[in-house]
Amino acid sequence: MSDADEIRRTELRGIARQIGEEVAGPSAADVDAAGRFPAETIGAVREAGLLRALIPVEEGGLGASIDEIADVVTELGRWCASSGMILAMHSIQVACLVRHGDTSALAAFRRRVADEGLLLASATTEVGIGGDVRSSTCAVELDGDAFHLRKQAPVISYGEHADAILATARRTPESAPSDQVLVVCEKSAYALEQTTVWDALGFRGTCSSGFVLDATGNFDSVFATPYGDVSSQTMLPVSHILWSSLWLGMASEADARARRFVQNAARKTPGVIPPSAMRLAELAISMQELHDLVHGARARFRAADGDPDLGASIGYATSMNSLKVAASSLVIEVVQKALLICGMAGYANASPFTLGRLLRDAYGAQLMVNNDRINANNAQLLLVQRER
Amino acid sequence: MEDTIRKVLAAYAKLPVDVATLGNQTDLYTIGLTSHASVNVMLGLEDAFDIEFPDSLLRKDTFQSIAAIADALGGLVDTANV
Repeated sequence: MSDADEIRRTELRGIARQIGEEVAGPSAADVDAAGRFPAETIGAVREAGLLRALIPVEEGGLGASIDEIADVVTELGRWCASSGMILAMHSIQVACLVRHGDTSALAAFRRRVADEGLLLASATTEVGIGGDVRSSTCAVELDGDAFHLRKQAPVISYGEHADAILATARRTPESAPSDQVLVVCEKSAYALEQTTVWDALGFRGTCSSGFVLDATGNFDSVFATPYGDVSSQTMLPVSHILWSSLWLGMASEADARARRFVQNAARKTPGVIPPSAMRLAELAISMQELHDLVHGARARFRAADGDPDLGASIGYATSMNSLKVAASSLVIEVVQKALLICGMAGYANASPFTLGRLLRDAYGAQLMVNNDRINANNAQLLLVQRER
Repeated sequence: MEDTIRKVLAAYAKLPVDVATLGNQTDLYTIGLTSHASVNVMLGLEDAFDIEFPDSLLRKDTFQSIAAIADALGGLVDTANV
């Protein structure tokens, strides 16, 4: 890493912390209570240039790496998990555009994402396919240079607040369900008909309602690279890295509250180790597991970037799946342990040690792309995997 | 070899078309081979030819077409017979 990269990385983390302190943290309780989009936080994120962070400098972005944006997501997640998740999901779409946006129209769109601070959402699941994102019913219909796409999406997180939606679909109406492409659908050329209302236990600010997406556009807004390749090389590993980085941020916040709680107790009785300190020692082990798991996966992603054979291997795919399953379980473990330490002060909502929202948000981690589905994928891959 | 490959594809690839009509160069993913089904094809080929695909061949493009599968198996079956 060059000095300039190191400076930018420190700066980005500092910007995220400042947005957390000044905007995301103060509004998080209201975002959660009202189940509303964190407009002020995403506005600040846009203002600070974080929505364009992953786009190369020559195209108007900051040229940040996945590692750098992961740090930002971790930091933001400490203050408002919904805001961190929105930035993570947006950044996953930007990463797909940067790494696979292979038409001149997609390159032009990338520049607009940078210049106009566009917020990108995703429509990968579809009603009637049972949650298998590698299969589509809807198809891209071409008419001359124009495309039309109509998709019944059970979830489009912050769909109403996005400026564009990247949707998966079959390549043509004649294509097999697995022959998918990714399509950029722009707000000016789509209609969203809301079908379900998002009122959930946690991540309430992501506004993950269901919609029917009816989009038109120019055919060169369709990625030329098959979605299967976009998914295995970028969308899946980057999703699991950014999500687990977010969960690391949530866990770090719970850990910090528990530590403050124990240290407060220790100050009252110097010379006597508070009983809760033993639980803190156990919590530290879970935190270290989660931290090292996430950072190990980030290192593996960097290695795969320079080694296509590694990135295409089954071992890489299973490890990125295992990351998601393990991190989504560890975040719950950490918050629960922190709750035992803070006791009623953690259970209370109006308390500096409150952990209720973090616990509710944490439970979403194992459900968003259900861990059972991911383990089932790994179970099949392991039937032929040779080395780890 | 090609007949056996076609038999394995017919049994496990779950393609929406008759395997007998496929050209050797037809892109199997385009006509509907899923990653799930491709794992079953790998297992079926390993059993049929009594070989084991090394890690280096366990990748999407190995199973892109009948010709690609034959190429990959060519090296493995020869080695096994030596």
